[in-house]
Amino acid sequence: MDRRQILVAVIGLALFALVPPLAGIFDQPFYVDMFARIMIFAIAAVSLDLILGYGGMVSFGHAAYIGVGAYAVGILSYYGIDNGFVQFPVAIAAAALIALVFGLMSLRTTGVYFIMITLAFAQMLYFLGISLEEFGGDDGMPAYRSEFAGLIDLTDADQFYYLVFAFLVAALVVTHRLIHSRFGAVVRGAKANERRMQAMGFPTYRYKLAAFTIAGTMCGIAGALFANWNEFVSPDAMHWTRSGEIMIMVIMGGMGTLIGPVLGATGLLLLEEYLPEWMEALIAGTGEHWMVVMGPILIAIVLFGRGGIYALFARRGGDDG
Amino acid sequence: MDPLLLLEQAFNGLQFGVMLFLIAAGLTLVFGIMDLVNLAHGSLVMIGAYLATTFIGWTDSFILGLLLAIPAMFLVGVVVEVIVLRTLYLRNHLDQVLATFGLILFFNEIIRIIWGPISLYSGLPDYLSGHVEIIPGAPYPVFRLLIIAVGLLVALAIYLIVARTRLGMLIRAGASNNEMVGALGIDIKLLFTLVFALGAVFAGLAGMMLGPLTSVEPGMGEPLLILAFVVIIIGGIGSIRGAFVAAIVVGMVDTVGRVFLPVVLRAFVSDAAADTAGPALASMLIYILMAAILVVRPRGLFPARTG
Amino acid sequence: MSKRILALAAAVAVAATPVAAETVKVGFITTLSGPAGIIGKPMKNAFELGMEHVGGKLGGMDTEIIYGDDQRKPDVAKQLANKLIKRDRVHFIAGIIWSNLLMAIHAPVTRSNTFLISSNAGPSPIAGKRCSDNFFNVAFQNDMMPEAMGKYLSEKGIKNVYTLSPNYQAGKDMIKGFKRYYKGKMIGEVYTKLGQKDYQAEISALRAAKPEAVFIFLPGGMGINFMKQYAQAGLRGKLPLYTAYSVDAITLPALKDAALGIYGAQHWTPDLGNSVSRRFVAEYQKKYGKTPSFYAAQAYDTVMFLDHAIRQAGGVGDRAKLRTAMRAGDFPTTRGSFKFNTNHFPVQNIYLRQAIKNDKGAYVNQTKGVILSAHGDSYAKDCKMKR
Repeated sequence: MDRRQILVAVIGLALFALVPPLAGIFDQPFYVDMFARIMIFAIAAVSLDLILGYGGMVSFGHAAYIGVGAYAVGILSYYGIDNGFVQFPVAIAAAALIALVFGLMSLRTTGVYFIMITLAFAQMLYFLGISLEEFGGDDGMPAYRSEFAGLIDLTDADQFYYLVFAFLVAALVVTHRLIHSRFGAVVRGAKANERRMQAMGFPTYRYKLAAFTIAGTMCGIAGALFANWNEFVSPDAMHWTRSGEIMIMVIMGGMGTLIGPVLGATGLLLLEEYLPEWMEALIAGTGEHWMVVMGPILIAIVLFGRGGIYALFARRGGDDG
Repeated sequence: MDPLLLLEQAFNGLQFGVMLFLIAAGLTLVFGIMDLVNLAHGSLVMIGAYLATTFIGWTDSFILGLLLAIPAMFLVGVVVEVIVLRTLYLRNHLDQVLATFGLILFFNEIIRIIWGPISLYSGLPDYLSGHVEIIPGAPYPVFRLLIIAVGLLVALAIYLIVARTRLGMLIRAGASNNEMVGALGIDIKLLFTLVFALGAVFAGLAGMMLGPLTSVEPGMGEPLLILAFVVIIIGGIGSIRGAFVAAIVVGMVDTVGRVFLPVVLRAFVSDAAADTAGPALASMLIYILMAAILVVRPRGLFPARTG
Repeated sequence: MSKRILALAAAVAVAATPVAAETVKVGFITTLSGPAGIIGKPMKNAFELGMEHVGGKLGGMDTEIIYGDDQRKPDVAKQLANKLIKRDRVHFIAGIIWSNLLMAIHAPVTRSNTFLISSNAGPSPIAGKRCSDNFFNVAFQNDMMPEAMGKYLSEKGIKNVYTLSPNYQAGKDMIKGFKRYYKGKMIGEVYTKLGQKDYQAEISALRAAKPEAVFIFLPGGMGINFMKQYAQAGLRGKLPLYTAYSVDAITLPALKDAALGIYGAQHWTPDLGNSVSRRFVAEYQKKYGKTPSFYAAQAYDTVMFLDHAIRQAGGVGDRAKLRTAMRAGDFPTTRGSFKFNTNHFPVQNIYLRQAIKNDKGAYVNQTKGVILSAHGDSYAKDCKMKR
């Protein structure tokens, strides 16, 4: 079971690694940028899957950490600190801190209350972003690409791509090791039956809080990369529909699987990119109404697509049964 | 601070509060009884607003338009429940959130296809567009007073239905234990459809009341939806009483907060800083309130479910 | 197999090189989906009308227009711009309604040596410190209209004013611009949530403050809602209301009586007397059955601007020559008089206009005179661009 997961993951990642050379051969550098964006959201989706798929914590405010990571880079850049060796640690620390604080409070609740309190926290940050007049408020502000002391040049599309790729691989490796550790077993156990885990003497609240913080931190990295990709930071990155989209990526790809969120991010973003074009090609003038098709597709995925895209590659859905 | 202005703002807060209650009532019932997270509830507000605006245009009468729109909303509720939502009851919350998120995209776009992207407005008939001076020196729009009256009447009606009727008994039973209702030999499917359609009517009614005040446009329901969720979470899921109290509280806090916060802040920090921080803090205020309440009471002010 | 891929790649590469075919390629990014499509759709219409008027050829050359829908999201706009530059290899990117979207794509587009033409957005940083010789704005700089309104209110002898605008960058800029020219007293300066729909609480507060006049910058739906509620509260006609960007051909059909008598400041109104404007308004109405807004006029002007510049430069091959032609700003515009400032933003007249009901029963803006003539923005001095 697990071996198949890793196999799918390796093949998938190998395909991602091939994007820049292929784009070079076909002289279509645009695709390097496009897939870099996909991988950034894939990191966010992988991080959400850690708590959502494995931990059963339905966080509806995950975009908040993209915002935190992005603003960390943007604000430092605003003050002339473009050094990535400063920016990334700050982004990571900020996201970790915010996730810890949010987690401390949200994890006291369960079920729908948890969904809504995470949404409320994300909304708070969203409105905070809008009010940061110094940093562009609703208009957002430019962020220049991080500098890594000449080691990597992020203004080069291919180098930027492979940096994102490295982070994605790291996120997958960390997630894989976490869920197969004792820690992961407790988190997964708490999802299945929290009381039982507590009765066995595990302080599940603390374990869940740790998982929640790790997920937020990982997503903060995605945010820092997103600011670099976009060369721009705005509250829009934290809009509640963005949190919804990350959730959709996880479900669409296969919740509770390692590579599922990556497949989901790829699927959803490609669909968003090409659905309008397909519709326009089919019936002229319908392209701008693509959401009328997108909506039912999402519903169909929920109703019929058990296990998501990953299930197409493997017989069973999640590896946690 | 001018006490008359404060009183007028309290009226404004009350009016916003009852509007939120109309939306939250259906949401909390559906949540409490069917255990369904329906993000598309805001779309029902939008559909209500569009139907009312259209019917008022057709009949050239405000009252007739509303009278047509109310049964139409009931029908919309039945159709949506039977086609999509029914299949979601047994799914987990996550699936429900996603499927109804998909519904939002669908509804917004279909409205745009049918009615076009341009915002609609339903005007008010002369007898509702005036104002009365209930507070000296501050004429208050009659229509807003009407909204307060309708909201309070609906609240009373819901209270009577829930407390005094057989349907209400089933609703109360369903909110605490829906297997029991089934065991009583009640057609639970029918009960669910009925409850959802009622919720759709209330949401639609909110939309109808909003039409003459604000623009009727695709996506108008979502900001309200999030506020309605805040209301039912603060109030306690499934609790009508909680929804009412929380709606008034959120309405008051939001209204009074956004007007007076910058003024209050000006006393402590520079004017420019107050102008920036005031509105920002005001828009965060209700989320801060919600988080604070949940930290102290993780199941809201009036938890309905036991178990 | 690999040979075939290489052959295909070579074919694609040749096809994608613009110089070979010397076709002018223009990407037009605007908001088509979502509620804001109400502004973007007419811009696309006007752009298409403009293309018809130049016979489908910009500067007499074969032209390909690629339209993109930014969904009003900065990162989507960034992605579109990226695609237009790297995949479609356009010479120009035009359109862009929103300041925040323009801010998001400004640096990458201008750095890639693609010309960026704003058909609406005019945020202050791009007019000032971050100006670029690859950027042109054929619309306005945000502060221009409130500056005009401030001047008008001062001249009218209004002693104190209460202002209302959304709490975001453009909202603050507008009030700053207003204050730059208004000499009276500000007795209230309120910032509301962006996209707010119900202003009853603010209206209560402003009535209690008893100002002599009210100035609002509430574009689109926000302004419609405010003015409707202002009328419902019985203030219309009693407490004079002045606007910028809030009463136009898009909002008037919804506002109807609620807008009657309200003064605004704008750089273009459909009743302007010049021949380009008259032709544009008449044919737009004929083709689309609606009165065009200033957004549409700006999109039309974008076509005229490109057409003229490419014709003067004799193609798009020589960028320096093309830039010089663009800088001249002597294209036939709907605004009558127009030239570019040192920062590539317009220098133009700002008119006073009033919403009226005309003899056909339609609600329109009527030009009442010029408030500021040949007005340039106040950020050009911060722009270090060499000419």
